[in-house]
Amino acid sequence: MSTYSAPLKDMRFAIEELAGLSEVAALPGHGEVNAELVEAVLGEAGKFAQEVLDPLNREGDRQGARLSDGAVTAPKGFKEAYRQFVEAGWNGLGGEPEYGGQGLPHLIATPVQEIWKSANMALCLAPMLTSGVLEALRAHASPEQLKTYAGKLTSGVWTGTMNLTEPQAGSDLSAVRTRAVREGGHYRIQGTKIFITWGEHDLSENIIHLVLARTPDAPEGVKGISLFIVPKFLPKPDGTPGERNDVKCVSIEHKLGIRGSPTCVLAYGDRKGAIGHLVGEENRGLEYMFTMMNHARLAVGVEGVAAGERAYQHALEYARTRVQGREIGQRGGDRVTIIHHPDVRRMLMSMRAQTEAMRALAYFAAATLDKARRHPDPAEKRRNQSLLDLLTPVVKGWCTEQGVEVASTGIQVHGGMGFIEETGATQYLRDARITTIYEGTTGIQANDLVGRKVALEKGATANAMIGAMRALEPTLASAGETYLRDGLKESVDGLEAATHWIVRTHAGDPRAVAGVAVPYLKLFGTVAGGWMMARAALIAHEKRKQPDADRDFLDAKLATARFFAEHELPKALPLAREVTRGADSVLALAPEKF
Amino acid sequence: MKVLVTVKRVIDPYVKVRVKPDGSGVETANVKMTMNPFCEIAMEQAVRMKEAGVVTEIVAVSIGAQQCQETLRTAMAMGADRGILVETDVEVQPLAVAKVMKAIAAKESPRLVIMGKQAIDDDSNQSGQMLAALLGWPQAAFISKLEVSGDSAEVTREIDGGLEKLTIRLPAVVTTDLRLNEPRYVTLPNIMKAKKKPLEVVKPDALGVDVTPRLTTLKMQEPAKRGAGVKVADVKELVAKLRNEAKVI
Repeated sequence: MSTYSAPLKDMRFAIEELAGLSEVAALPGHGEVNAELVEAVLGEAGKFAQEVLDPLNREGDRQGARLSDGAVTAPKGFKEAYRQFVEAGWNGLGGEPEYGGQGLPHLIATPVQEIWKSANMALCLAPMLTSGVLEALRAHASPEQLKTYAGKLTSGVWTGTMNLTEPQAGSDLSAVRTRAVREGGHYRIQGTKIFITWGEHDLSENIIHLVLARTPDAPEGVKGISLFIVPKFLPKPDGTPGERNDVKCVSIEHKLGIRGSPTCVLAYGDRKGAIGHLVGEENRGLEYMFTMMNHARLAVGVEGVAAGERAYQHALEYARTRVQGREIGQRGGDRVTIIHHPDVRRMLMSMRAQTEAMRALAYFAAATLDKARRHPDPAEKRRNQSLLDLLTPVVKGWCTEQGVEVASTGIQVHGGMGFIEETGATQYLRDARITTIYEGTTGIQANDLVGRKVALEKGATANAMIGAMRALEPTLASAGETYLRDGLKESVDGLEAATHWIVRTHAGDPRAVAGVAVPYLKLFGTVAGGWMMARAALIAHEKRKQPDADRDFLDAKLATARFFAEHELPKALPLAREVTRGADSVLALAPEKF
Repeated sequence: MKVLVTVKRVIDPYVKVRVKPDGSGVETANVKMTMNPFCEIAMEQAVRMKEAGVVTEIVAVSIGAQQCQETLRTAMAMGADRGILVETDVEVQPLAVAKVMKAIAAKESPRLVIMGKQAIDDDSNQSGQMLAALLGWPQAAFISKLEVSGDSAEVTREIDGGLEKLTIRLPAVVTTDLRLNEPRYVTLPNIMKAKKKPLEVVKPDALGVDVTPRLTTLKMQEPAKRGAGVKVADVKELVAKLRNEAKVI
């Protein structure tokens, strides 16, 4: 069994060099942020993850959460680990100082999220959802509501959930049927919500559900949905949990992965209706939900990075210890560990290169988010917002698809043993598998990308990004990185052609564009990942010149970047062809002909 | 009362240590470093005593390169009130540590010095004892229990074959064993607060201490690889082998 160890060097490289820590530190309100703080925070988070969270991961998967008489018990050890997590103040890392948080930027919160998710994805979904609830409340709740909930959710003493999905309302939330009827100062909520992650559990003293529901006179469709706060225990005037609300967990799902986290069916209003409090105004719930959804999408993208990293570490450990066969091309000699075999090396390099590229892109997006929120120059703020809007579906869609692929390769490295549950490689794939589905499937992300993010603005932001990629070409050539330059250039050509095709085709034939939206998303991610690796290579060249440089790390970075250029970037061209020429055959067969 | 706690920066215990190609020592450049685990126990002890109201001020001291400031920040995040770095780039050997600490003790007048019983890099297990001798203070090494009352402390020492209970006069030097406590995880708010705590940097010269190494490392090499084992047929053969081949009985 491998032990998770946070990849601090690569994280710091991505934070400081690729995402631009100094720019984020220069933003108003981030005066305390510097490299030493990053090192201290990541170091301690890594230690906590390694010693407390990671050791519970496998047992959590094996045991799963249990439901008995409406009460859910988390796997053994989770409650204690969560208590330690809260006591150590980790829950409040990105929270507002006003409510007891540390107010650290996303550029620090995102790598810390990666650490939690690598070590124990199932458990760390609880704090992720809590921060999503906080995000929505901060933007739209009343001062009184914030006073009641924000502090406890920031500390993590209470946890939060998102209640969107109903059996008939999944990706299409206009079909939401849960009802909310006004009764004096509050509402009575009745209905059934499904897929509620950590919807019921014994980790915290209270659970705050954010619920989408319809008022009786609301218009049809998405414009008739309101957002409500429905606490499991109604807070007493002194703020402590009081009477049990009319919400009950009626079942938990049997799942492929993230089994340590309960995925609940919640029944609201079995008796008189659960008491809920309206957030903001009626009928604007979906709009409110989306303010936090973009943030949540980035957070799920980071789960792809986390899964890739954890699977890589696990496979690497096995490859270093498993002895099998002799060096290829040698007669006789000792048997060697499988890391000596070229194909195993290729797999490990692909896992490593993909994970590092994903990490760089995800952290880059996190820094963009910080700048979009806080940049003092309105033009810069807007530019970063557009870039963030463009990057969000790419990080969510591409990093999770890659995460699944990397975790699958991790199993392959193990050979037959990889297929056996006890080896531990399967869990990373099973856990990663949800990431391409929840918070909007890859298909939903891709439609968002081609429609709202590319076609709607005629490819402006995408083309600006392509311009930034092209600007690297001369520097790559003069650094002697011709493979990287050529690989990047070819793939950028493909991305540019595909982007033009999307913009040109979308107005007249949106169905054709939707048919190849996913290949376009993968193309975008691959090229953006290559761009990050090319930048990393150039920085590595520069840093190597310093006398106290970490040559081992920088040389490995160069090797990994070149591998990406030669093994991952070439995948861009066929994807571009798929986009520009493949739409017709997607829809050639009519539904009734299947 | 004031306590001094020493914290040493060592290679992280999870890192696989490699000998430098030229055999002059182990590779420490760009290797993950952390606080020596025995020093963490010493820090934890001091923090618990402060929480219990026995201690009023904790001063953490580290001796070594500039990067030891990180170790001191960790100590301050654990609960030290301030830090002192005695900055030097030479290899600091136990006697030098003891002399530096003697000079610091003279300046700070602590009632108690808590040190790790040894550092996990060179495993010397000497600095605490030497410091007590230089100061002429009582010492209790390898403690697994410590209770201060008035001018003395009750300690339990882990010794060969059992536990030894002693009462020592204060001021004194104690060194920690593993069972003394389990160090806490540093909390995020305390990491933030530690950034603002005072950290003083002094050179050994300014303390009037010569830290030049007195011992020379001739060569460092990896231990010989372990050969394959053999299966013995019965106890008789085992005993014969232990007696005639291994010559241990």
